[in-house]
Amino acid sequence: MALDPSFVGRSYPPGAVYEVGREKIREFAEAIGDPNPAYVDPDAAKALGHSDVIAPPTFAFAISYKAASLVISDPELGLDYSRVVHGDQKFAYSRPVRAGDRLAVTSTIESVKSLAGNDIVQIRGEVHDASGEHVVTAWTKLVSRAADTAESGNDTNGDA
Amino acid sequence: MAAAISYDDVEVGTELPARDFPISRATLVQYAGASGDFNPIHWNEKFAREVGLPDVIAHGMFTMAVAIRVVTDWTVDPGAVEEYGVRFTRPVVVPNDERGATVHVTAKVAAKLDDNRVRVDLTATADDQKVLGMSRATVVLA
Repeated sequence: MALDPSFVGRSYPPGAVYEVGREKIREFAEAIGDPNPAYVDPDAAKALGHSDVIAPPTFAFAISYKAASLVISDPELGLDYSRVVHGDQKFAYSRPVRAGDRLAVTSTIESVKSLAGNDIVQIRGEVHDASGEHVVTAWTKLVSRAADTAESGNDTNGDA
Repeated sequence: MAAAISYDDVEVGTELPARDFPISRATLVQYAGASGDFNPIHWNEKFAREVGLPDVIAHGMFTMAVAIRVVTDWTVDPGAVEEYGVRFTRPVVVPNDERGATVHVTAKVAAKLDDNRVRVDLTATADDQKVLGMSRATVVLA
């Protein structure tokens, strides 16, 4: 079903603050198999100029996607979540996420379109710390596949 | 933030050390727990087949996470990454056997930008097929 284009530009205010813990970063780094000491050793992180251990670049997705799920599940938007696949993902960092951060995400629907029966929505998540400074922006493009195809992945031609 | 690689030492075409990243079912379960993404297409074969997939597939975000390691291992400081984006063009199928799947990642400097920044273009393949498209990062070098 086609999405309502009037949703473009709609913003969703931050929900609960996400507090970044050292052990969560360690768990994530281990799960991606990355032994970089900047993720687990505060002294190693400090030697690189960071005030505490930092998170791997894609860690921010767990935070931004939690906020984006509120958008995706907005019944007025009408996205069929059961058919959603991840199309594109992009991050732009002002600084790495680090332990001790208290982060808030503001989500905005940047574009909605329908292409060959697929519904495509791009959500921008602006992540700020407790002092209001920008940390990272995450762009997530989701594709709800047309109901009559059973292809895996996606074959969209949407812009990034 | 100090990167181990100097801007003056790289040129367009400089290749970063390529790497292979093995993925097993256990990898996916561990990533599901750490990331909070418990979509059953990443651990339940029956469910994956029911929604039209050939088998369990890796989280796209897992593939994205390992691909940037080629860059962060090179810069040493992961904080050197200023921008990173990918397109998920094809799922990485992870069979339930001894072999699992392997993602092969290569990267090279595609452009030298202002202020010690470079654009790095990445390729990620599994079974010789591209799994990421438009995969690029902007990185600050020393």
